[in-house]
Formats: sequence, C-alpha cells, structure tokens
Amino acid sequence: MKVYADNAATTKMSRKSIEAMLPYMEKEYGNPSSLYRLGQQAAEALDEARETVARYLNCTPAEITFTSGGSESDNQAILSAAVIGERKGRKHIISTAFEHHAVLHMLEKLEKQGFEVTLLDVHENGIISAEQVEKAIRPETCLVTVMYANNEIGTIQPIEQIGKVCRSHGVIFHTDAVQAAGHIPIDVQKENIDMLSLSAHKFHGPKGIGALYVKKGIPLTSLIEGGAQERGKRAGTENVPAIMGMAAAFEDICTRMDGNSRKISKLRDQLIDGLLTIPHSILNGDRDKRLPGNVNICFEGIEGESLLLLLDEKGISASSGSACTSGSLDPSHVLLAIGRPHEIAHGSLRLSICETNTEEEIRYLIREVPKVVEYLRSLSPVWRDLQEGKKDYVIQ
Amino acid sequence: MLYSEKVMDHFTHPRNVGTMENPDGVGEVGNAKCGDIMRIYLKIDHDTISDVKFETFGCGSAIASSSMATEMIKGKPLPEALALTNKAVAEALDGLPAHKMHCSVLAEEAIKAAIQNYYEKNGIAYDADQFPDCGSCTHCASCDSEGN
Repeated sequence: MKVYADNAATTKMSRKSIEAMLPYMEKEYGNPSSLYRLGQQAAEALDEARETVARYLNCTPAEITFTSGGSESDNQAILSAAVIGERKGRKHIISTAFEHHAVLHMLEKLEKQGFEVTLLDVHENGIISAEQVEKAIRPETCLVTVMYANNEIGTIQPIEQIGKVCRSHGVIFHTDAVQAAGHIPIDVQKENIDMLSLSAHKFHGPKGIGALYVKKGIPLTSLIEGGAQERGKRAGTENVPAIMGMAAAFEDICTRMDGNSRKISKLRDQLIDGLLTIPHSILNGDRDKRLPGNVNICFEGIEGESLLLLLDEKGISASSGSACTSGSLDPSHVLLAIGRPHEIAHGSLRLSICETNTEEEIRYLIREVPKVVEYLRSLSPVWRDLQEGKKDYVIQ
Repeated sequence: MLYSEKVMDHFTHPRNVGTMENPDGVGEVGNAKCGDIMRIYLKIDHDTISDVKFETFGCGSAIASSSMATEMIKGKPLPEALALTNKAVAEALDGLPAHKMHCSVLAEEAIKAAIQNYYEKNGIAYDADQFPDCGSCTHCASCDSEGN
C-alpha cells in the first residue's frame, strides 16, 4: 500500500487546479502586459484570480500581490515592515521561536542591520498568547510576525487576539499562513491582519506560486526590481498558469473546508489515538488547537531518519524533525522550542494527511508505524538502557 | 536516492545486531543529543575477534555503517581490526553522502573503543595513539559539556 502522509511538505495537485492551468499554457499564453487581445485576456484572467484569492481571505483584490510562494511572501512582508519602521526610527520586531526559517532567517538578517528581535517563548502546547505579544510590544516595535499555524506540530495560534493587540498598539501584524490557508477559516478583516503569506502547493495548487496580502495603505518594498508588474511591487512577467492554478485550488478547497475539516480531523484523531498506544510516545502540540491534518509524535529511544526510511520501504511518505533529516546537527527548532530535549526531538514523526487519505490508509499507518518503532528500538542501545533501568524514561 | 543499494541493504537487513553475554570488550561512542550512539560488543579468542554484535541509535547510514564495520572485523586478528578506517567502511558501502561520513567515523571509533576496553580489562599494554581521544573530538561540536 502507498500512503502519502506528508501533505504539510507539499500536496498532490487537484484536477481542478491542473485544468485551470492548461489553457494558459496552450492557448491563452499571452503576456498580461501586452496590449493586444491575447495579452489582455491573460490580464483579465489575472484579475479574476486575484478576486478569487481576495474573496476567500476577505480582502480587496488590490491587496493581493502574487509571489513565488511562502518564503518570498514572508521575506517581502518582513522587509517592507522593517523599511517602514526604520523610517520612523522603530527598529524592534516581535516574533516567536518556532517560526518557519523563511521568517527566522529574514529576522536574523535584519538583526545584523541593527534591528532588535524578540522571539517569544512557545509554551509546551505549542501556542503563544496575545498577552505575551502585548507585554513584548514597545514604542519602537514596528512589526509583530506570528505564524497562523505551525508547520511541524500544526498548532493554531490565537491570531484574532494577537491582531487586536497589534491594532490597538498601532503595530503592523504579519502572519505566515502557509499551513493554514485553505485548511482553516481566515478573515483578515475580522482578525486585524495587516499582512499574510500563503503558498499554493500546500492546498493542492502548483509549486512556485503564492500570494501576499497587504492591507491597503501599507507600502510594500520590492525584492525584485524590473517591470511594473504587481503595481511595481514584484517585477517579472506574471506566472499566469500557476496563478490560475492557485486560484482554482484555493477556491476549491475553501468551498469544501467545513466538510474536509470534519473528515480529516476524525482521521487525524484516530491516527493520534492509534499511535499513542505505542509505549513511551508523546503528542507534540496541543491536542485540540491543531490543524485538521497534523499528527506529530515523539517516540523515545529511536532516531527519526531511520524511521522515515523504513516507513518509505513500506510505502509510507512522512517527515521528521531529527537532525539527520534537517541537514544540521540539531533537531527541529520547533520541537526544541516546545521544550522537547534533543534526544527526544530526534525521534519525532510528522504525518500530515488530507481529504484523499482513507480510513484504510489510517489503519495501515496504525498497524505499520508501531512495528517499525519496535524494530528500531530493538537495535537501539538507548532503548536497552531504558528497558534495563540504567536510564530514566523522559516520556512516561 | 539518498543512499546506495548497499547502504539500504545493510540498513534494512543489518548483520550482527544485538547484544552479547559476557563480552570481552564493549565500546560505545556518540551521544543521544546528537542523534547517534553506537555500541559494539566483542568476543575475543587468541587475539582474534571471534564474534561481534552491535546496537545503534541513529540514522540509516549509522546503522548501515555499524553493520558493515562489524562484518569487516568478524574473524579478524585485533591488529587488522584496529587498522579498519572509516574510509574503508564507507567504500565498502559504495559510498556515503558527504554529510553522513561521520557515521562511518563513529563505526571506526566504536570498534577501537571496544578493543581498548578489552585491553584495559585484561591489563594488556597498548599504544594509546592508536585510539581516538574523545576529549578532543569535535564531531559533536553542537553538544554541550554533557557530551562526549
């Protein structure tokens, strides 16, 4: 059996998304900046796509800028807020310890340019509070950037409350909604969001395309100089097919959100319950305030990369926060941020499911994952020491 | 693919896995904080490794390196086992990705640590230069003082 359970990494494109793209590759291939019909038809298509994306975020089309994806959107949002802040002599930014690297690395860059960054501690449940944000705000704070939902542990942040706090203090509020968009309801007006990043391939759209919502009146700084596309804020000929694919995918998933969410959450809960029967395992992130498709569990005594490779042998595609899979010596900064010790963070498994995963697949995961965990524990000197009482279990 | 077929074979079907009753030498290297620990058990008869077992907590290449290294020293006289290099282990596995070479280093060091343990337990004089000095090891640079 093949089970794709890494939808937080990327998703399979939906048929609707693919079909929305094809005409703009085969027939309507004009450059939206050209004045003849073929170009203008493409420009009209872009307008429609912008309207669609705006509708499901509850903003105006003019507030949507198309980008190459989540990382670019995050980079541009943060840089723009920093430029505004610097002009006013406000060079303090608030964020969290478990943001995506597209945010954290941009903030590190700004620190080198004289900005001060406060990274809020994340509670063990993987959620920060609006009170924490409010306490950290100073007169010189120019930006608060807090992810909508975490990419590894799926925890959903109190965005509406944080938005309220930021608005009342006159601080720009950006949220990286790459994992949330299309999966949980977003309303930028109700939630007082000033900037929001999303990426199409996380909701069954194409890769290499995303959007940045920026509230009217907040000037964007370009990352790419050139032509006047995207009102001069993002040069380069628009990727019309991908934009059409993104809009179609976003509309499709947003219109089916309620039903999807119910169905996927039910599968997620079955999976969590099934996997937590493995001794000395623990769920990462709040049990309830998490994305419908996210399961993230640490298993004591084993290492994540070997777990992923053996699951792959069984046809299961999953992800881990171990150092070996992150390409560094340290395990996931997200798991460390919620207080998991290094040796426990190395043994993490993220399974992220979507509406096309079936109950049969969930049963297969619940049957196969424990076997692999047990096998790896049988090879592990760490597990032996725990079993023989030479060391104490970290996870009870 | 990340790994060669040989690595995958030794990872999915590791040789010499397990523990041993009354081993003549035991060596352990690595650190759970860094994500890999290798433990090697040796049975030694007349200066020859008559049996070897390993246990590894770590990634696929760490398990495969332990498996391959134990195969390479089984039945070999101690001087030959001591001469085993991490490069030879990696080559026998048809290569390891550059960022995984440290797994073969761990395998080499685990074997040496087990032989050193055998020498020390039996009061056999040995040349300390032949063995890794864990105190000066920089492999686990990210680990704090709890490390090796």
